[in-house]
Amino acid sequence: MSENILEIKNVSKSYTNHHALSDVSFNVPKGSVYGLLGPNGAGKTTLIRIINHITAPDTGSVIFKGHPLVASDIYSIGYLPEERGLYKKMKVGDQAMFFARLKGLTKAQARKSLEEWFDRLEIRSWWNRKVEELSKGMAQKVQFIVTVLHNPDLLIFDEPFSGFDPINAALLKREILRLRDNGATVIFSTHNMGSVEELCDEITLINKSKNILTGSVADVRSHYGANRYRISTLPEQMDALKSAVDPFVVSLCERDIDKIGTATLEFTLRSAEDMRPMLAAANQAVDLRSFAPYMPSMDEIFISAVEKSNTPQPPVFTTPNQQ
Amino acid sequence: MKSSLSLVISREFLQRVTRKSFIITTILMPVLMLGLMMLPALIMSVSTPSEKRIAVIDRSGSVVPHLQSTQEIKLCPFGADTNLDTLKADDSFYGILVLGENFVESPSELQFLTHEAASISVETALSSQLSSIIENIRLQSYGIADLRQIIDSIHADVYVTSERIGEEQSASSMMSYGLGIGMTFILYMFLLIYGQMVMTGIIEEKNNRVLEIVVSSVKPSSLMLGKIIGIGLVATVQVLIWAVLICGASMWLMPWVSASMAGADAQMLAVVGMLGNVNYILSLFIWLLLFLIGGFLFYSAIFAAIGSAVDNVQDASQLTSVVVVPIVLGLVMAMTVVADPNSTMALWLSYIPFTSPMVMLARIPFGIPVWQILTSLVTLYLSTMLMVWLAAKIYRVGIFMYGKKPTVKDLIRWARYK
Repeated sequence: MSENILEIKNVSKSYTNHHALSDVSFNVPKGSVYGLLGPNGAGKTTLIRIINHITAPDTGSVIFKGHPLVASDIYSIGYLPEERGLYKKMKVGDQAMFFARLKGLTKAQARKSLEEWFDRLEIRSWWNRKVEELSKGMAQKVQFIVTVLHNPDLLIFDEPFSGFDPINAALLKREILRLRDNGATVIFSTHNMGSVEELCDEITLINKSKNILTGSVADVRSHYGANRYRISTLPEQMDALKSAVDPFVVSLCERDIDKIGTATLEFTLRSAEDMRPMLAAANQAVDLRSFAPYMPSMDEIFISAVEKSNTPQPPVFTTPNQQ
Repeated sequence: MKSSLSLVISREFLQRVTRKSFIITTILMPVLMLGLMMLPALIMSVSTPSEKRIAVIDRSGSVVPHLQSTQEIKLCPFGADTNLDTLKADDSFYGILVLGENFVESPSELQFLTHEAASISVETALSSQLSSIIENIRLQSYGIADLRQIIDSIHADVYVTSERIGEEQSASSMMSYGLGIGMTFILYMFLLIYGQMVMTGIIEEKNNRVLEIVVSSVKPSSLMLGKIIGIGLVATVQVLIWAVLICGASMWLMPWVSASMAGADAQMLAVVGMLGNVNYILSLFIWLLLFLIGGFLFYSAIFAAIGSAVDNVQDASQLTSVVVVPIVLGLVMAMTVVADPNSTMALWLSYIPFTSPMVMLARIPFGIPVWQILTSLVTLYLSTMLMVWLAAKIYRVGIFMYGKKPTVKDLIRWARYK
């Protein structure tokens, strides 16, 4: 079992008239990229604020590097909030120095580290410009530097790629992975499921203040993809295919006909043993074009998990086996 | 943690002090004020009044020989039987002065007819000239030699200035009045300008979400305190610069002024003496500074709480009235208190922290007991600590509240959160 840099244990927090978090628990392994997902208003920001020691949980505890989180731990955490904030009237360099020193760096350390980063992101020439003169994307680069400058062990990024063009987004992605390779742990809070699939090792999905799904991305996807397949044929044979497959499945749905004229059916088998007989029946009935297991995207998993937890009946928690 | 407080303070301070607008206002403000005071005198000296011709018909015959034209008034005597109507028709004359036959015995036998609206300066000039002519004529009628000289030697100009027992400095109450109002006004301006600066600074931080980042490395209370202290230092520096300028002026200029004013009247001398006393001016500035700091901390804590609670300056207007009203009230009260600086109302108002900075400052130039000033200061600073503590509680909750316009009730509720 790998070491956890952060352990959230039964954390609850409520405000006057709503629960922001109720009994949320999960562990963030050291050196991983961890996705913190959830619809708007689910409680992610509150959780991030608790990790940042901005607010305290009502009950439960946060264990950071093996000890309960204390104020001085913020020097080991870097946080990039969703709504970026810099002093508009301040010069880029002065501003970066200010934030670096707030994070406990000395003047000399801050300057050295800043110059390194400014060179790396090719923004050295901005040092004496005021933030209000920069474009949004430029300001975000400065913000990113401010976040990672003090070499924190834990990085928290809230929607880090919004507002970046693809080139700069790729640059940022590369930098984040480089930081991870250098030993930092990264927590991503995002709605962009594409980047979750691409970057995250593990995720936790929070909905309506509760943790509804936790696990590694691979496990979650294969769990949601168990017994799911896609089979395709010619459009005029669709009805025949449907009736051939129907006895073996618990659910099925017809996809749109694609551009080269292939009709696809997506379904979930009752059990794994049904695959061969189903395929035989289908092969008898129609001309098959393709057949493959189907891995649902994180997008789909997100939607189906949230919808499932929103329906009021049995509180079934799908928690894939975690190592 | 402590160093992060000093970082926030130095950022606030340096950001504002190095701004061009700060440097300009600090240097220009005293110049501007001085200019504003000098302006009327300057205009007066530039514009020379036009000569006014006045026709005089003296039916008594004894006044005309003594009349003298001045720069402003040219007096043109006419015979006693001149037709009044022809004179009236001639508008080259500003006015017609008609003196009755028994003018010396009964000075009310006099008419002054003018074409235009009456001019007070002409009226006073004529009145004083005529009075002294009549006096002289009457004096001569007694036939006593050198009576004029005798009377002049008897005449005395007395001016009462109170001198406090046990104090070297003679205080002119007029001057105290002026100084009191002046200091109160400075304080009033500083409280409003710098208090609002704290508020808008916080609103700005909240709006562009810098807060989220800063608060992740600084405790909210340190951030609030840092902002208040930083801006307070800016205000202090400004006052100190002004103090140095004014003390300098007082030291170098006043002896020269008083030397050039030898023979001026007693009141002016007292005023000049007071302003020339550097110790006195310095002590006033020290009190001003102490009350400025206390009052600023007290009020800016409230401004900070309000700033943290709202999303933009427009939303703040309703809440700021909670602060602005007592400040304005303090100024108004200070104005009335200077008329009687030792009344019971004055005493109480200078102890209540909402009005005490303004009211106490207005009273200090009158020379009130030091224990009163100290009591007022201690009360002010104690309630300031309470207010800062309360404001920090509201601030901590307020900075994460977006999208709703809070009321005073909300603020009180937030202060109760654990």
